[in-house]
Amino acid sequence: MTLLKVDALDCRYGLLQAVRRVSFEVEAGETVALIGANGAGKTTLLRAIAGVHRPNGGRVELDGVDITTLPAHRRVGLGIALVPEGRRLFPSLTVEENLRVAASPRRPGRWNVRSVLDVFPMLQQRRRTPAASLSGGEQQAVAIGRALMSNPRLLLLDEVSLGLAPIVVDAVYRSLAGILSEGATVLLVEQDLTRALRVAGRVICMLEGRVVLEGAAAALDRDHVVSAYFGLRKPA
Amino acid sequence: MTLLNAALQGVFLGAFYAVLACGLSIMFGVMRIINLAHGDIAVFGAYVVFVIVEHTGVSAFVAFAAALPVMVVLGYLLQLTVLERSLKSGILTPLLATFGLSIVIQNLLQLTFSPDVRSLGGSAGALTTASWQVTGGLSVSALGIVVLVVAVLVFGALQLFLSRTRFGWMMRATAEDADAAELVGINSRHVYASATALAVATAALGGFFLAIRSVFDPVSGPTQLIFAFEAVVIGGMGSLWGTLLGGIALGVAQTLGAQVHPQFSVMAGHLLFLVVLIARYGGGRIALRVAR
Amino acid sequence: MRVARWTRTSKLFTGGTAAVAVALACVPLVFESDLVQKLTTLLILVLLAAMWNALAGYGGLLSVGQQAFIGIGAYGTVFFADHGVTPYLAMVLATLLAGAISLPISLFALRLRAAQFAIGMWVIAEVMSIIVRLDQNLGAGTGISLIQMNQYEPNFRQAYTFWLALAFTVIFLVALFLLLRSPLGASLQAIRDDEDAARSLGVRVAARKRLLFVLAGFGCGAAGVLVVANTLFIEPGSVFSVQWSAYMIFMVLVGGLGTFEGPIIGAILLFAIQTTFTQGGPWYLVGLGATAALFALALPRGLWGTVEERLGLRLLPVGYRVVEAKGEERAA
Repeated sequence: MTLLKVDALDCRYGLLQAVRRVSFEVEAGETVALIGANGAGKTTLLRAIAGVHRPNGGRVELDGVDITTLPAHRRVGLGIALVPEGRRLFPSLTVEENLRVAASPRRPGRWNVRSVLDVFPMLQQRRRTPAASLSGGEQQAVAIGRALMSNPRLLLLDEVSLGLAPIVVDAVYRSLAGILSEGATVLLVEQDLTRALRVAGRVICMLEGRVVLEGAAAALDRDHVVSAYFGLRKPA
Repeated sequence: MTLLNAALQGVFLGAFYAVLACGLSIMFGVMRIINLAHGDIAVFGAYVVFVIVEHTGVSAFVAFAAALPVMVVLGYLLQLTVLERSLKSGILTPLLATFGLSIVIQNLLQLTFSPDVRSLGGSAGALTTASWQVTGGLSVSALGIVVLVVAVLVFGALQLFLSRTRFGWMMRATAEDADAAELVGINSRHVYASATALAVATAALGGFFLAIRSVFDPVSGPTQLIFAFEAVVIGGMGSLWGTLLGGIALGVAQTLGAQVHPQFSVMAGHLLFLVVLIARYGGGRIALRVAR
Repeated sequence: MRVARWTRTSKLFTGGTAAVAVALACVPLVFESDLVQKLTTLLILVLLAAMWNALAGYGGLLSVGQQAFIGIGAYGTVFFADHGVTPYLAMVLATLLAGAISLPISLFALRLRAAQFAIGMWVIAEVMSIIVRLDQNLGAGTGISLIQMNQYEPNFRQAYTFWLALAFTVIFLVALFLLLRSPLGASLQAIRDDEDAARSLGVRVAARKRLLFVLAGFGCGAAGVLVVANTLFIEPGSVFSVQWSAYMIFMVLVGGLGTFEGPIIGAILLFAIQTTFTQGGPWYLVGLGATAALFALALPRGLWGTVEERLGLRLLPVGYRVVEAKGEERAA
């Protein structure tokens, strides 16, 4: 069943068009990777779905409900959670406070402080540490955990590997794998093509605000993806 | 000994300034805006208490308890109607809008009540006059003690609220990153409005103290604003306990200044403020590190 | 495609403005001294509005304390006159004094951020007010008269004052106009639009802001001088009052922040309101405050700014226009 439907979405920053008539759907339980070069519009698209960027045209539907004009904090209550680019933790709040502050829309589910710390055991020791003092990998873990606290139906991840050492990214994705295997619906943005193709069932490639390629990860030829990524072929 | 006594009176005066400054500090901490109508809101609060006392004859303290919820609601509405809009437009807009608001409040008060100076000292009972002589020339007034204790309690309660309660965390989160706060389900509009409501409530408390320890009239607002702002700056902008200490420092500066020359008291406060302002924020290379 | 500065409209209008200035110079010869005094007040308002706009509109500096310089100008005049300087020369000296004092103040004031700058300037005005109040020679709290003006016959005195006001207004407006047309002016525009970007391009932000601050110091000092010349009696409570800032904010916000013509329009509007509502008192101040707040929130470009934007009009050539080959124009 379709959990997320994006229909002809248009997003602008002043005069700059970041997302142009983008349409796609995400089925419940799918993991979809959104790939594309910098400036392709991926972050803007995620932010529009999460509700912090107001689109100039088009619709966003969650489980059949039109949420296009709903403010972001209400969407969290409906089950959308975004792990923003750059983590964006609350610096003076501790790990535990960062998690607990995100539990306000009380949605039923298995995620709470204890279960989050179980999935990210390196945070157990750092429970009372202010977020500003954490390492990059720890911050990413808290950022993901914070999004999970609202027990989302749809988890949006924006560039979780950004600024992290490969070994740390491996650890983050290992933890993610556990979450993904439980049947969560995930839409993630990932710069690393190999990782994206490995973790996702389906891939959507964007270029200059448009969708230029879409298909099952396993079925796509890597070269085909790369040329769409850089715009070396005209979109079909 | 008169110097020591003057300093002691300065602490009591400073506690009053700290209560006045508290709301200004909250709004700056959460929303990064300085409400230029803050002093006038405090005076407005004093008038609300005054009206209740005039119409019902209850003691000023009871009247304040009744006035408080009114002020809280007004503060919440103020954010949703005026201040919220000004937040979106740039740094100068909140200053300009609140300056206009300040003039509106002062003159509406002048129209509703005459320009006459008033006081609520009489309605507060024995509290306003009771005092004791402590060893060696120190005079302690009951009112001074009450204001000091209330100031410490208010600041303490606020600190606890911000560090131990979930809504306090939400307020700090919104202050640090409103965008990310929305993404984790925090209704930032409600948080901002609550912060303003809290600020207005403490401003009303400040106005109440002004009314019972001294006199007030429709145009007393700007003076209170300047003292409140000076307290915040002296103590360090963005620090809640700093505002309490800054208020006390301002009070002591004023009372010690009065020892030099009666007309010098307010000036002494201004000079302390300017010195701190230059040293901490104005010196460029020679500025002291700004405490966060 | 070429970049043009003058359009036919702006040429006509600038010529017209010069004619108006000349016509105004004839006012004392034609009209009664009552009207001349009123028009002097109008010129004071125009000058203050232009100066406040220079600070806030072109420099992004919101000062709630320009009354400090108004007071220096006013009390400076009295001070010099009391020490034997002929009144009109004392006025020039007082203006220079105000400008001179603004320089050391600028050294620290300009590093302050918005709210601290705004209220910091206000506190400086309060400090000066207190200093004056302590000085018996300056009339302390009760005020002082510029008695030296009695040596002039009232009609002549009013005329000289008016001409001085006209001269000051023209000088400061022309100075501002030239400043805006110079390369300095373009960089000021850039600072206003995006300070960090401007700084990264090498624009010496601090020096330019200082220039505006000192210009406004001179200008507001000149206004203070004119206030005492026009009303002959000053007291610290009124001349150092934050009410002046309220007027300046109203004139510039309603007229058009950041435009050249806007403050002039705002001043004329305030003058019209003041002369109509002489009995006004609190009601008219409520109106002023509410209007200023409303403009800040809803019409940030002010009346003139909105007109300018809608019609693509610019009466005085302070901007640039890109002229397309086909004679089509787009305002810069």
